[in-house]
Amino acid sequence: MITLSINGESHTVDVEPETPLLWALRDTLGMTGTKYGCGIAQCGACTVLVDDQAMRSCQFPVSRVGKSKITTIEAIEQDEVGRKVVEAWVAQQVPQCGYCQSGQVMAATALLKETPKPTEEDILYGMSNLCRCGTYNMVAAAVRQAAA
Amino acid sequence: MNAIAPLDLSAVTPLLPQSGVANMSRRGFLGSAGALLLGVALPLGRAKAEEGAAAIPPKPGTRVPAFLEIRPDGSVKLLSPFVEGGQGINTGIAQIVGEELDVNPARFEVECAPPGPDYALVNGIRMTGGSFSTRSSYAPMRRLGATAREMMIRAAAERLGVQSSELETDDGKVVHKASGRTVGYGELAAKALLLTPKDDVVLRDPATFRYIKRPIARLDVRAKSTGKAIYAIDQKVDGMLYAAVQHAVHFGSNPTALDNEAAVKAMPGVHSIHLLPGAVAVTANSWWRARKAVEALKAQWTSPKPTGIDTIAADFSSQGMLDALKGSKSEALPAESEGDAAAAFARAAKVIEAEYDAPYLAHAQLEPPSAIARFNGDGKLEIWLPNQMPELFQATAAKTAGIQPDQVIVHSPMLGGFFGRHFMYGPSNPFQQAILLAKATGRPVKVLWSREEEFLNDALRPLSHTRFRAALGADGYPTAIEARTVGEGPIGRWFGALFNTPVDSSAVEGVVEKPYAIPNRKMEFVKLAHPVNIAFWRSVGHSMNDFFYEGFLDEIALAGGKDPFELRLALLKDKPRQKKLLQAVADLSGGWKRGPYEAEGGKRARGVSMASPFGSETATIAEVSLEDGSTRVHNIWVVIDPGSIVNPAIVKAQVESAAALGLSTALFEQVVYENGVREAKNYDAYQILRRENMPAVHVGIIESGEPMGGIGEPGLPGVPPAVVNAVAALTGQRIRSLPISKTKLSGV
Repeated sequence: MITLSINGESHTVDVEPETPLLWALRDTLGMTGTKYGCGIAQCGACTVLVDDQAMRSCQFPVSRVGKSKITTIEAIEQDEVGRKVVEAWVAQQVPQCGYCQSGQVMAATALLKETPKPTEEDILYGMSNLCRCGTYNMVAAAVRQAAA
Repeated sequence: MNAIAPLDLSAVTPLLPQSGVANMSRRGFLGSAGALLLGVALPLGRAKAEEGAAAIPPKPGTRVPAFLEIRPDGSVKLLSPFVEGGQGINTGIAQIVGEELDVNPARFEVECAPPGPDYALVNGIRMTGGSFSTRSSYAPMRRLGATAREMMIRAAAERLGVQSSELETDDGKVVHKASGRTVGYGELAAKALLLTPKDDVVLRDPATFRYIKRPIARLDVRAKSTGKAIYAIDQKVDGMLYAAVQHAVHFGSNPTALDNEAAVKAMPGVHSIHLLPGAVAVTANSWWRARKAVEALKAQWTSPKPTGIDTIAADFSSQGMLDALKGSKSEALPAESEGDAAAAFARAAKVIEAEYDAPYLAHAQLEPPSAIARFNGDGKLEIWLPNQMPELFQATAAKTAGIQPDQVIVHSPMLGGFFGRHFMYGPSNPFQQAILLAKATGRPVKVLWSREEEFLNDALRPLSHTRFRAALGADGYPTAIEARTVGEGPIGRWFGALFNTPVDSSAVEGVVEKPYAIPNRKMEFVKLAHPVNIAFWRSVGHSMNDFFYEGFLDEIALAGGKDPFELRLALLKDKPRQKKLLQAVADLSGGWKRGPYEAEGGKRARGVSMASPFGSETATIAEVSLEDGSTRVHNIWVVIDPGSIVNPAIVKAQVESAAALGLSTALFEQVVYENGVREAKNYDAYQILRRENMPAVHVGIIESGEPMGGIGEPGLPGVPPAVVNAVAALTGQRIRSLPISKTKLSGV
């Protein structure tokens, strides 16, 4: 049994320690807002916050979570920065298919928590998640708006 | 081990082409699934003639209750013929219906409708694809909304004891101005929808549109920005087992035995182990456990057979396939003929020729494919699956399960990207595995393919090859063009029963029907079937053929001493629609200049192209520079003329999205086969466009008033040739084989 602090609540999961956090979230806890895209930390669809840092949860075993506080997309609007990011995402009409956007919103929230006024270069490096619909320009515009 | 009925392929074989390359007839497929498809696709006239009046299905798009549920609170649930996958159709269709119904589209909830003849709006078929959704539904959905509005008015007239002519509507309410009374649609709906619809309702004057042609916010954006949108992969049903699969390394091989079954069975959470056609599967109480277990399985497989239409031999390679296309000596079929090309070549001042090719491509949509199958107590099968054609999946699922189509309940959740991925591709869809496993376990089963399984088993955009020749007159203008395209298109493979023409339009579109005034044309097609499972892929044949043609057209221009833009303009002298478009894209880009010219960070150059995909017209300009021998694209300008539009914001978003995908294919993408297997298994090896490669995209829209064309795909085909033509302007190097990343560029 492993106890995880997720979105301010304590959850106990009965999974093998090497289980990626992604699958504990999705299959064990039913929190499906965090998406599986590649499983090798390439695409970023599974991005969550671990102590406010962006983390690709598909390569992050539950055994390494420890006492860290996890924030998922389900609780993003309870976070002040996250709420601004969501509003910017809606205002800029960022998502198309939307599948990568949970991860994009989480990555943007982490970026703005660390760097409230990001440069274009910060956005380039901070927002490395893949989007097959090609919403990259809209993502950048929304990050700029959320930072404004 | 629970071998499923020793590899009983009977349930799935109808989907698998049964004959080899030597005999390319696909009667096995067409005779069954094709017939099933015809069953749902019959034009009304034929159904009437053959089955009698009692069997006449409703005229698609006319029965109001099949589409609209108006709730007591006045909100509207719209059952859509189409599935939402990012193209914005849920919003667009809400705008169209809402405009005539007189309900703000923001109060619509849109869901993909279950299978049924009411939804067969695309030439008598139901599908989400071919950039057909808006253009096929615009007229019937306007009429449907107007019909429903009139029913609300009639129901209100009865309720209020007044004449219909005294009533108006105002955003979901019927208003009796004289008395100031109003009744909400929600209160009227139950009675109103029982009324006999009128077939002569008056449509709104477009000059008074409030929703159509406006950049209405998309309905699903907030849900998609907060993780609340539910995709197939997110579905869960009570008592469900999770299944992971490992497919045969070689397409066409089957599992015969397992070496370590007991050890794998003992792994945490494992429920059962199964042999499936072409795959092994493990079910477990979580997908991660199922995956760990199936990857631990040591299976024995049948040896790969010689290359055929349903097998890939151990020595198959994509290069070998390209060589076969290039070397084909087969007699060609005419795909477009005009004038006397032979005579024009005989008196040409100059003749040029070139060969172009483009690789296999994966869809690489971010949501890996999955499917849930559940056999209910009443003998019905319920399936949740990503799909672009509910009725065909229903019919095929029924066949797999050994029941009738009306015993199959189909749920079509929102798609996490599709780009053509979720049509019926036989063994490249996981739902049949889910059905077989649900049957074998007696439990609901969700099959999810890992990203690796997806890259190895996706059906692919076919590789293709075209050889061109052009004759130029003494004035440098082309007098004749010839093309020989060798390959196979997805329409021929998957819809051959419906579109039984010798020349597969999906293989030659973009090489034929170009707008240019080249008087003598001889465009030919040679069908050469791929052993690889082939697919529709965003913009289909246009995704490569416009690159072929427009690249070669630049070569013609240069051979004749002409500027590529000026040559196009000259060749469009009798085509006002396309000529205007070409001038518009030049204007949007600040005036045509080919370059090279100095810009920030070094020399840049521009390329231009045109395309006529899916009933729309596009003109594209790309601006490139070189960075360390790689192509850097700074700007893409696209002007699209789709005749008329519904939502300019969605049009722009779709054109930008398509441009990004087109650029991704121009720069990076290719599925490479070596020794019978695909090399790339994930995004680390199959490179797609990333943030750092994304240019600024500038989109212009022209509404010429021509018949409405498509939007989702047309932004793509112009991008690869515009980029390649810009690279040639910059470096003098002519790219004739994609992706560009294969070629080391220099010379700036």
